[in-house]
Amino acid sequence: MGSARAHDLRTVLSGDDIARASRRIAHEIVEKAKGASDLVLLGIPTRGVTLAHRIGRAISEIEGIDVPVGALDITLYRDDLRLRPTRALEETSIPDVGIDGKIVVLVDDVLFSGRTIRAALDALNDVGRPAAVRLAVLVDRGHRELPIRPDYVGKNIPTSPAEKVRVRLSEIDDSDSVEISAGEDE
Amino acid sequence: MRHLLSAGDLDRDKALLILDTAAEMAALSDRSVKKLPTLRGRTVVNLFFEDSTRTRISFELAAKRLSADVINFAAKGSSVSKGESLKDTALTLEAMGADAVVIRHWDSGAPYRLAHADWIGGSVVNAGDGTHEHPTQALLDAYTMRRHLRDGKGALEGVRVGIVGDILHSRVARSNVLLLQTLGAQVTLVAPPTLLPIGIDTWPCEVSYDIESVLPNVDAVMMLRVQQERMQAAYFPTAREYSRLYGLNGDRMRLLPEHAIVLHPGPMNRGMEISAEVADSDRAVMVEQVANGVSVRMAVLYLLLGGAKE
Repeated sequence: MGSARAHDLRTVLSGDDIARASRRIAHEIVEKAKGASDLVLLGIPTRGVTLAHRIGRAISEIEGIDVPVGALDITLYRDDLRLRPTRALEETSIPDVGIDGKIVVLVDDVLFSGRTIRAALDALNDVGRPAAVRLAVLVDRGHRELPIRPDYVGKNIPTSPAEKVRVRLSEIDDSDSVEISAGEDE
Repeated sequence: MRHLLSAGDLDRDKALLILDTAAEMAALSDRSVKKLPTLRGRTVVNLFFEDSTRTRISFELAAKRLSADVINFAAKGSSVSKGESLKDTALTLEAMGADAVVIRHWDSGAPYRLAHADWIGGSVVNAGDGTHEHPTQALLDAYTMRRHLRDGKGALEGVRVGIVGDILHSRVARSNVLLLQTLGAQVTLVAPPTLLPIGIDTWPCEVSYDIESVLPNVDAVMMLRVQQERMQAAYFPTAREYSRLYGLNGDRMRLLPEHAIVLHPGPMNRGMEISAEVADSDRAVMVEQVANGVSVRMAVLYLLLGGAKE
């Protein structure tokens, strides 16, 4: 069974695809916000933060101004805390400019049930009152359990609920790629 | 982790997990809305058999910031003063559905008994038992030292800590020695021979009778309160003599290295173990210790209650 799994792994986005998708998302964010002056990007740990920094750099190159980028850990707002052993917290860092009156773009790697984003919206509520909140994801794999939709999507990838989507980014892993593997029994 | 009874139960990884979690909790405390929904629907009972204002308030604030329901149960004016046993009190709290009991008791070992006697199903946190242990105080002290001396990261390898005063009656000293040893710090206890417990030679630390020879070689010095309420015997001739030999005054503070900090678990006796000049100086971090105490207790409550029951 172990060797069969390795064959099930298929790459759906290469490193170049991820780079192009991030740049396109950066353009779309700037276009919709009519500039970059009110933008704040908040990544959801771990890989959402890495993506937020990449998109932030791309926006800076397009618009010529630095965009504040931070991290928003949602662990303390999860709705499944009691179903699993206690989780360690990840870093939260809100840029000094704050989020009041800003256009906050949440950035995550994979959008699945939508529960993470629900928790992130609750967390934002305790941080301040943005003018608008938008959502950028590298992969939308469907199977939403809440009425949440992304504003910017790197790639829509239809999956079965049992499959696993693995995002690798060079800052954390060795290289950039998005892979899908067949579901495993846990 | 189900209970927190002794600083000695924490291995290095667990201790660092608590300190790292506390750092995130501290960052959240800077926000305009300081409340988190994490422990909604959980009940924390503060069971205090011994007077304590700051520890109880600190635990209460920590639990409330995490949205737990908090019940304060003080021995004075309760059924305990009518003769109820610890067991019956515990069974009552269990029947009320307590998810965690934070206990301070005048008897050493009471939290251990509460945790292991099968009276209650929830978590037990030791908030100070007799002259035994006070693990959350040690955690907040370690957190404070790490922030000042190690930039808030990693453990305390190589940090030299002096703990001065009534070691014999101090649960703070015992918990600190155990935790600091786990985190790699070197501890020197300073006290008159009468205020050192029997068997001190088996503790993982150095012992000195001379404060002035220790101060130039430490990165942090912790002054313990002279506990008048526990002084039934003559441990030292007069308060003035103790203060002259073991108190930290301005002149002695200047023996410390430039970067060293002064800690005190509170409440302070100004003019006794610590002079006003020291207590009000830049090196004194007592006020910060109080704030850090809330963050550390939030971390402990989250790690004990935040997940599925083990």
